Amino acid sequence: MSLLVIRELSVDFPLPEGTVYALSGVSLELGEEERLALIGETGSGKSVLAGAILRLLPAQARVRGEIWYRGTNLLALSPEEMRRFRGSEIALVMQNPASALNPVLTGGYQVREAVLRRGRLAKRLAQGKVAELLARVGLPERAASSYPHQLSGGMQQRLLLSLGLALAPRLLIADEPTKGLDWSLRSQIVQLLQDITAGQRAFILITHDLAAARYLAERVAVLYAGQVVEYGLAEDLFSLPRHPYTRGLFASHPARGLKPIPGMAPVLTSLSRGCRFQPRCGQARPVCAREDPPFVEISEGYFVRCHRCFR
Amino acid sequence: MSETVITPHVSFHRGELWSAITRDRAAFAGGILVILLVFVALFAPWLAPHDPVRQDLARALLPPGGEYPLGTDEMGRCLLSRVLFGARISLAVGFFVGGLAAILGMFIGLVAGYYGGLLDEVLMRLTDIFMGLPNIVFVLAVVGVLGPGLKHTVLALVVMGWVPFARLVRGSVLSLKEREFVQAARALGFSHWRIMVRHILPHALGPVVVLATLHIPHAILAVAGLSFLGLGVQPPTPEWGAMLNAARSSMRTYPLQMVAPGLMVFLTVLAFNLVGNGLRDALDPRRRSRFTF
Repeated sequence: MSLLVIRELSVDFPLPEGTVYALSGVSLELGEEERLALIGETGSGKSVLAGAILRLLPAQARVRGEIWYRGTNLLALSPEEMRRFRGSEIALVMQNPASALNPVLTGGYQVREAVLRRGRLAKRLAQGKVAELLARVGLPERAASSYPHQLSGGMQQRLLLSLGLALAPRLLIADEPTKGLDWSLRSQIVQLLQDITAGQRAFILITHDLAAARYLAERVAVLYAGQVVEYGLAEDLFSLPRHPYTRGLFASHPARGLKPIPGMAPVLTSLSRGCRFQPRCGQARPVCAREDPPFVEISEGYFVRCHRCFR
Repeated sequence: MSETVITPHVSFHRGELWSAITRDRAAFAGGILVILLVFVALFAPWLAPHDPVRQDLARALLPPGGEYPLGTDEMGRCLLSRVLFGARISLAVGFFVGGLAAILGMFIGLVAGYYGGLLDEVLMRLTDIFMGLPNIVFVLAVVGVLGPGLKHTVLALVVMGWVPFARLVRGSVLSLKEREFVQAARALGFSHWRIMVRHILPHALGPVVVLATLHIPHAILAVAGLSFLGLGVQPPTPEWGAMLNAARSSMRTYPLQMVAPGLMVFLTVLAFNLVGNGLRDALDPRRRSRFTF
């Protein structure tokens, strides 16, 4: 049974300058203990997707579609019911630990607060849990009495992860957890993410870090301009990417030739008909500009949104 | 592990706040004066040479010296004792009105800023209405309806006093609630109350403390003024404003009777204003950088 099923999820933001179509028709499935990486460039809608799952988008966001979590449509829950899901069922580890941690509370206080979110615990029990969580993410005990600004970037990321784990959620979403870290720290954090997710919980990794995605995720979804353009098992997707955008994304990676994709991602306020990647696509055909490409299952469990890829 | 705990360099410490205040000589002098006044108010029964309300018409309007260091008033009461006891009412009113107005305004501003929408609209229009009311007229109206007395004056001052606090806190909350650590707290499923009180309010507190300190002398002056008009503290309770009023009749023949309570009002208000200004400068990040780097 699937833990999370997203059906035809669309999010747009009506703004005075025009409506921003941040996500259009996103459908994804996540099994229990399955790990999914969301990759795509900045502005492709990765963080909006995380915000939509947790219903943390700004009030003016228009969300359509369905998000089923263990048989419950999250979009139909009352705000109070949704609040109880956050942290305990689905936890989000936000990007930028330096600003996502409260600067006036010590690390220990913030972890304890998260542990006690569901209700009171005996003092000793709570203290034990805090110590256990800090140890779990590899923080020394003294981090409990430190304020966030006294911790290094890597330690802040670890502290933020421990907050996400505090209530043992079934699904952990991490938004660019390796952003802004140097290489050695990055591999430490990736290893930590492996330790706290593998075989224990479902995980959605939002990242630009292709190596981390490949290492941590069983399945990958590539987002472009608010649409999933390619979705399948990580090993298939990394060994033989089908969509021209995915290929371009991989080719632009420094390790694979540093070849940028020409052009710019479309402005999400004025979307024309046809494939959204077509203006930048080297293999575009006339049909690509005329018709929206369907999201087609080209082999079992492997989906691509491209006219070229299945004809 | 290669990661280490770094000692803070630009953080804000109690020690730094202290050094910022002591460097500011005016604020330091104000602080000493406030402490002195609080001391006088607390220990008035031991410091005062006489019972402040005991009348002795045979010794009315005595000049300073001897048994009565500041002389006596028209009822033969010891002026020094009355001035010392007067500090109790003035300071109590100042702290009470300042504190209660701050707390009330803080929560109204917090709720309005956090929830936004209709609630914010209603609360902010309410503050507009209160801001539009002339302060002293409102207090006079309340006292006119409920009758003169300290309780009613204090009530009226609190009802008028919360407005600037609500405005101030709402403004801070509007920007604070968009900060990432508040979003992160929401992502962990904390209750609105916890997010407001634990995660937002502490960040909005600095300016509130400054405003509260500056609000205290305002309340002290208001009560002294109303008592002078005979609407606040009623005789024979020793209060500076009421004493000034009583001294009015013999002002030409016996001016000292006005100088003592007048000077006390002046010094008290000055002291709190100096501390308030000092706190404002010390808590201002643009000025603070001077002390931290």
